[in-house]
Amino acid sequence: MGEEPKIKLVDVHKAFGAKVVLKGVNLAIRSGESMVVIGGSGTGKSVLIKHMIGLLRPDRGRVFVDGVEVEELDESGLVELRKKFGMLFQGAALFDSLTVWENVGFGLKRHMKLRDADIKGIAVEKLRMVGLRNVEDLMPSALSGGMRKRVGLARAIAMDPEIILYDEPTTGLDPIMADVINDLIIKLREEIHATSVAITHDMVSAYKIADRIAMLYQGEIQAVGTPDEIRGCDNPIVQQFIHGRAVGPIRVDV
Amino acid sequence: MSEAKAFLRVGGFVAVARFFVEAVGTVGVAFLEEAGRIVTLIYQTLRWSIRRPFDVRNILRQCEAIGVNSIPVILITAVFTGMVLAYQSYTGFKRFNAESLVGTVVALSMTRELGPVLTALVLAGRAGAAMAAELGTMKVTEQIDALLTLATNPVKYLIAPRFLATVIMLPALTVVADLLGIIGGYFVGVNVLDANPTVYIRRTTEYLKVDDIVNGLIKAAVFGGIIAIVSCDRGFYTEGGAEGVGKATMSAVVLSMMLILISNYFLNTVLF
Ligand SMILES: Nc1ncnc2c1ncn2[C@@H]1O[C@H](COP(=O)(O)OP(=O)(O)OP(=O)(O)O)[C@@H](O)[C@H]1O
Ligand SMILES: [Mg+2]
Repeated sequence: MGEEPKIKLVDVHKAFGAKVVLKGVNLAIRSGESMVVIGGSGTGKSVLIKHMIGLLRPDRGRVFVDGVEVEELDESGLVELRKKFGMLFQGAALFDSLTVWENVGFGLKRHMKLRDADIKGIAVEKLRMVGLRNVEDLMPSALSGGMRKRVGLARAIAMDPEIILYDEPTTGLDPIMADVINDLIIKLREEIHATSVAITHDMVSAYKIADRIAMLYQGEIQAVGTPDEIRGCDNPIVQQFIHGRAVGPIRVDV
Repeated sequence: MSEAKAFLRVGGFVAVARFFVEAVGTVGVAFLEEAGRIVTLIYQTLRWSIRRPFDVRNILRQCEAIGVNSIPVILITAVFTGMVLAYQSYTGFKRFNAESLVGTVVALSMTRELGPVLTALVLAGRAGAAMAAELGTMKVTEQIDALLTLATNPVKYLIAPRFLATVIMLPALTVVADLLGIIGGYFVGVNVLDANPTVYIRRTTEYLKVDDIVNGLIKAAVFGGIIAIVSCDRGFYTEGGAEGVGKATMSAVVLSMMLILISNYFLNTVLF
């Protein structure tokens, strides 16, 4: 302990109208760590990471990044904060009026004084890192779902951010490509010491990329620990989830 | 009437009154929230619109989408309006032997009223709908959130260029509409109603003042601002998937048109 966490959520509550999603989430992510958040569909994982980058504001509770409370930042403070982040959206959220390379180079174009040719060069290199070639001049609508996801990933890492948020980076990819992405996430952590938060349903991927895993269920973090701790955890909710059993304390209405 | 009945009646009355007060309150709060949102958006848009450096490429692209591509529709609208205007005023004026004033009526009506208003209504349907649908789609597919994560202000990147382009292009298109309407009127006046070309042209220019044209263009610029702000607001706050985009688009067009017609009256009292 002693070292300040990169991201800290304290008692975060969030509801949309009558629908309560987060009921007091506490989570601290250390600098340089790879945190994986697991949890059932619709439990609020995407909502959770959107709080980290200030896309959503907690109804109650506090969110800190590098010790600064996000809620207290003004517009320009928020812009500066977001420059530390790269985020991959669950649905990729590519700008469909721009080409693939313009998507990947969007942040570079807006925040760095670079020529278009250089931006395109960087974009092409980032696309290679996610296993894509010769797609830079296509429009996003011409790509498959898995390709869009990887373009979104290339866009998230284009500025070499300090913190990367991945919302289901391997969903929709074949097992080999999923592993390429897992290796990339590990490489980014090792080479540029990025702090990362990844959401996934894919336990293979979770065990492989996580330093620690946190499980979200019913609006709260049920357990946090290293992959080994999670595997050996005696919380029945966690056990049911990581083994993918339909029967157990987690009730699925069918 | 027994006391109990009277009591019930008063109770019922209070309940009904309470219901109305609450309903008005709810609507009132929603209205105030929306009004506050729009005022903030106007302020933000103006602020980013005048801030350097201008995103020239983006503005030009919007000008093309909003303005240049609307010319065919404007052409048809204006020419036929000018033509029918010549016809109708001829019919009316002939009853008191004033048919020589057809050119004047067409010129004044087009520049002061029909040029700006019709162009604005056409643009509300064309450009306003396109803006609301595009921003609405970006909202529901999280592209606006993605802009935020890339540390980009969506008002600056998306709304300011559209606002500037609409405010520039609407007066420009109005000039085109004014001219085409007058030409349409001339065509009917001279070819169908047998007016003398020289007299028709003299009647057209004689009573037309620069103020008529300029004030018409000022109105057009205000209408442009209304279309951009209303449509971007609707798009920006779209909720609920494809259905939501449809609703946002429809309400952007309807609200823009209403506000154009209403503000037109008040602008006239101020300008003319
Ligand atoms: N903007 C919003 N408005 C209203 N409700 C929302 C909004 N965003 C999320 N929700 C609700 O919050 C709940 C959690 O959503 P979230 O997207 O975080 O789930 P998730 O854990 O990411 O699920 P999945 O694994 O399927 O992606 C859902 O019930 C969703 O309907
Ligand atoms: Mg999700």
